[in-house]
Amino acid sequence: MTDNLDGTTPAKGVSAIAPKEGGGFPNPGLPPHVHRQADSDKRAEKRAEKIVAGMFVLSILGTVLFIASYFIFTPMGTNLLAEGGTLHAVFWSNLFTGLGLAIAVFFIGAAAVHWAKTLMPDDEMVEERHATRSSDESRDRAVEIITGGLQESGIARRPVIVTAMVGALAALPIAVLAPLSTLGPLPGNKLHHTFWKPGMRLTRDHDGTPIRADEVAMNSIFHVMPEGLTEETPHFLNERAKAAAVIVRIDPAIGKNEESLANGHQGILAFSKICTHVGCPVALYEQQTHHMLCPCHQSTFDVTDAAKVIFGPAHRPLPQLPIEVDAEGYLVATGDFPEPIGPSFWDLHKDK
Amino acid sequence: MKALAARRHHPMALLVILLLALVATGGLYAAFQPRTAQAETYTADDIEQGEALFLANCATCHGRSGEGLQDADGNTLGPSLIGVGAAAVDFQVGTGRMPMENSGAQAWRKPPQMNEEQTRQLSAYVASLGPGPSLPDEQYLDPANGDATKGGEIFRINCAMCHNAAGAGGALTRGKFAPALNGVEPKHVYEAMETGPQNMPVFNDDNLTAQDKNDVIAYLHELEENGSPGGLSLGSLGPVTEGLYAWTIILSLLTACAVWLGAKAK
Amino acid sequence: MTTTTPSSQKQDAQPGRVARLGAVGGDWLDQRTAGGGLVKFLGRKIFPDHWSFMFGEVALYSFVILLISGTFLTMFFVPSMDEVVYDGVYGPMQGAHMSRAFESTLHLSFEVKGGLLFRQMHHWAALVFMVAIFVHMFRVFFTGAFRKPRELNWLVGFSLMVLGMVAGFSGYSLPDDVLSGNGLRVVDGLMKGIPIVGTYLSMLLFGGEFPGHDIIPRLFTIHILLVPAAILGLIAIHLTLLVLSKHTHYPGPGRTDRNVVGFPVFPVYAAKAGGFFFLVFGIITLISATTAINAVWIYGPYDPSPVSAGSQPDWYMLWTDGGLRLIPGWEFTIFGYVVSLNILLPMAIYGGLLAFLALYPFLEAWVTGDDREHHVLDLPYNNPVRTGLGVAWITVYLILALGATNDLIALKLHLSINDLTWLFRVSIFVAPVLVFYITKRLCIAMQRHKRGLALHGVETSKVVRMPNGEMLEIHEPLNEFDRWVLVQHDDFRPLKAGKGVSALRAKATSFFFKDYISPVTPAELREALDHAAHEKHEIDAVTGGDYTVPSAKVGH
Repeated sequence: MTDNLDGTTPAKGVSAIAPKEGGGFPNPGLPPHVHRQADSDKRAEKRAEKIVAGMFVLSILGTVLFIASYFIFTPMGTNLLAEGGTLHAVFWSNLFTGLGLAIAVFFIGAAAVHWAKTLMPDDEMVEERHATRSSDESRDRAVEIITGGLQESGIARRPVIVTAMVGALAALPIAVLAPLSTLGPLPGNKLHHTFWKPGMRLTRDHDGTPIRADEVAMNSIFHVMPEGLTEETPHFLNERAKAAAVIVRIDPAIGKNEESLANGHQGILAFSKICTHVGCPVALYEQQTHHMLCPCHQSTFDVTDAAKVIFGPAHRPLPQLPIEVDAEGYLVATGDFPEPIGPSFWDLHKDK
Repeated sequence: MKALAARRHHPMALLVILLLALVATGGLYAAFQPRTAQAETYTADDIEQGEALFLANCATCHGRSGEGLQDADGNTLGPSLIGVGAAAVDFQVGTGRMPMENSGAQAWRKPPQMNEEQTRQLSAYVASLGPGPSLPDEQYLDPANGDATKGGEIFRINCAMCHNAAGAGGALTRGKFAPALNGVEPKHVYEAMETGPQNMPVFNDDNLTAQDKNDVIAYLHELEENGSPGGLSLGSLGPVTEGLYAWTIILSLLTACAVWLGAKAK
Repeated sequence: MTTTTPSSQKQDAQPGRVARLGAVGGDWLDQRTAGGGLVKFLGRKIFPDHWSFMFGEVALYSFVILLISGTFLTMFFVPSMDEVVYDGVYGPMQGAHMSRAFESTLHLSFEVKGGLLFRQMHHWAALVFMVAIFVHMFRVFFTGAFRKPRELNWLVGFSLMVLGMVAGFSGYSLPDDVLSGNGLRVVDGLMKGIPIVGTYLSMLLFGGEFPGHDIIPRLFTIHILLVPAAILGLIAIHLTLLVLSKHTHYPGPGRTDRNVVGFPVFPVYAAKAGGFFFLVFGIITLISATTAINAVWIYGPYDPSPVSAGSQPDWYMLWTDGGLRLIPGWEFTIFGYVVSLNILLPMAIYGGLLAFLALYPFLEAWVTGDDREHHVLDLPYNNPVRTGLGVAWITVYLILALGATNDLIALKLHLSINDLTWLFRVSIFVAPVLVFYITKRLCIAMQRHKRGLALHGVETSKVVRMPNGEMLEIHEPLNEFDRWVLVQHDDFRPLKAGKGVSALRAKATSFFFKDYISPVTPAELREALDHAAHEKHEIDAVTGGDYTVPSAKVGH
């Protein structure tokens, strides 16, 4: 069948369709209809009816269970199988209300489908298709309307209007940029600085207690936040998102990077926890390999070599927080990270 | 009082005062120090039996005196055990990780080879090699004594990145992994944190206090108690298993309905 | 005697009264809506009835379930990042600080009757929605249903797929938990990596620095208003175009490009399709009652510091995460400005994969030069290169998705994530080519087999030994109905360059059709039947016309 539905040949250039010899085989038409049991056997028909009705009844039972569950299997109050206000009560509530609703709904569908399959007529029927394109008459009329309308508008004779119109319609979308710009502030130098300041003590992330150098055992890792960064701090989560850091302790003898060791204290090294790939916390630490691993995309950093990337999609090493010990023996930062933390961005290296 | 005052210039008076001061400072210090671990009392017999077990089961990798051994290429066969303490032994041997089948970075939890008595003896012997963390105090192992909310915060910040938020375990580099935590005894949870086994970092009591560890134990206990209120947890591995479930089980159910619907009735 | 079908459904207790009521109701409506015309147009429209056509419906019905369950959730969920202290029933969060979004999610999961059920239904339905879209899309692709006149509908469907991903991502980020929050952090990182405008885009989306105070309410608007509105609009277009072109049907006796064979909308299709909605609803509800999904209380409220091992997005976003894991750390600085290829390259690859998908109908139409209307579907093996390309695309997609699960595979199968990453890095280039070749060859093998079937008939496994030692198998020739499917497909051949055919096009047609197996022609069949008749002669001479097997003769 290489012709269109209306019998005309395709308009497009050369086609790769190979015509069939003699038009190919003739279509044999619909095969003879096969009857179902319920079409001829009265008992089969009655049984099908009973099954359909039975399924509808099952649905009703499901609805009853669903409604009842709202009273006898509740998460907070009455619950036949658990104490209210516990997660076990939630489990039973979810299970029974869910089963009730599932049964209620499923069997309406099953009944309808079974009814259609076994009892409604299943003779295949045929509907003619017409070519999708409109008739030549409609097309001509459409062309007439459009060209006539354009002529009436005088668009072809009025270039001044057209130019001005095009200008106005092109200018308007630009207006969208104004309200869009109020969605957020300019980046400024926000990404180039974190909460860390010289003299700030390093504290344990989970309880804010400061850390003494002699508390940091060899091969340990502490998850660290700056002192003074609390829930009362404005934009507290934003600051945490940049200030998050870890300290690890290695034997200085295995350190490969002099500058990195110098920025630490007796093998205690502080690094940013925010991955330089796309920003997940690089929190896994393997104490024997001295590798830090980011769980999101598996970037791996070597803490004996200034947290250089040794595997994975990150490129920049984790910025190191310079630390020293204060008079009482607590670890303090001597300044902010020397470069922006976290994912790289266009003007990362610009001094801000 | 008069008798004491009369002897205040005695040559021994200074010594007595020093001793009193030492005892007082030490006593106060001990009283206010966050309780780490109570030393188990091991007998000389424990140590002797432990040494025999050690020589038979551990010395081939850890050396005859626990000093550690390296192979010809300089790779560690077994690290030095001097100073690892009874806690490390109780954990490693108690969870079946030691004795290891082969030397390597990952020690697998398996049915313990030593019974409790033998484990005790080995702990005694290794503890005698050098001072190290001893077994945890019972009170810090009881979930009832811990704050599960604090424990959850500590867990999510310090543990979830390796062990997974639900404690289902997680991959490390080059085939190593952090194991799942279900079914692990509180004692072993404590000891693992304290000693930092294999590639797990050391979270001794200077990092996470004994009470912090107790809180984590309480949190893990509540996780297990609560179970999964939504139904089957599919291993608590997150969206991947959920997606797999949708593509296999749910799609099969839906396709079965579609096939049934489209099939001609008998 | 009215010929309009009653517009109201009532049980036929007393036919006369019901018909009259229906007629009155129908008349009232018709006078105001011209509804009779609509009933006439739609009521007996024919829809074909193959199970593989039902996946589009699964998607549609899942979407309805999403709307219903979603509405319930909006009654309890609070899209606010204001910080609160938890005071609900979940013990391990008692006294913890969290956003109102997270707190309202816990409240609705644990304290609202049916809350957890509806939340699980919503999330499972979202997963099923995307599964159905993909399976439906694959069915449409592999049967060539995207050909004229349905190219526009293919684009509409493609847009629905992309919108579905946006809906899902924005939806599962709403509870503001650590898992989805880290997903948002990744999106922020990706955005920052865009040259020149990256940091501006990041600030605009989050209303400032990450995480800010605005992202959850903004995602809420996107998730419950903008995206569903767009999806509903596109679904309306999708279904209108479907009704306009009528549904396609598989090749079969009596089916042509000029007709559609099936069952009428009313009553059969209404019952089956309507019933199917309840079946889909029932299955999703059953799963939601028995299987947990997205236990956000385990991950904890979002904070930039914690992260869970095994962090992945929902399944339909895995492919985007995988690319980020497989790309090496390629980044360079030029004139002091950073260009992050480790972000831009994966994004370009995703764009390429999507573009190929969206533009494929036009690509294939250019190659074949076929601008006839197609309403009879292709059997996939009759278009080996299209099928091969489709399977190759799926292979790339699958490798990217599996790449995102590398740490879970490593954990469960005791492998190294480093080795797995390298395996995927290599196979993403090697596997699609291999898979394309194997698929194409499999299709061609099937085409050859079908040709043999058409020419010689069905092998009956009954073998007759001739006096000269030759073994002849008795074949039963196909009747014309069974043979039709095997011989009705188009024949294609490569074009030569020149005379309106560019060199590129000639090469493309060669790539597509140089190994094409032409369908059996009537002449070939006549020849085969002659040969078969001759063979039958010989067989009958030996067997005497009785084809019962000796063991069967004895057994009775």
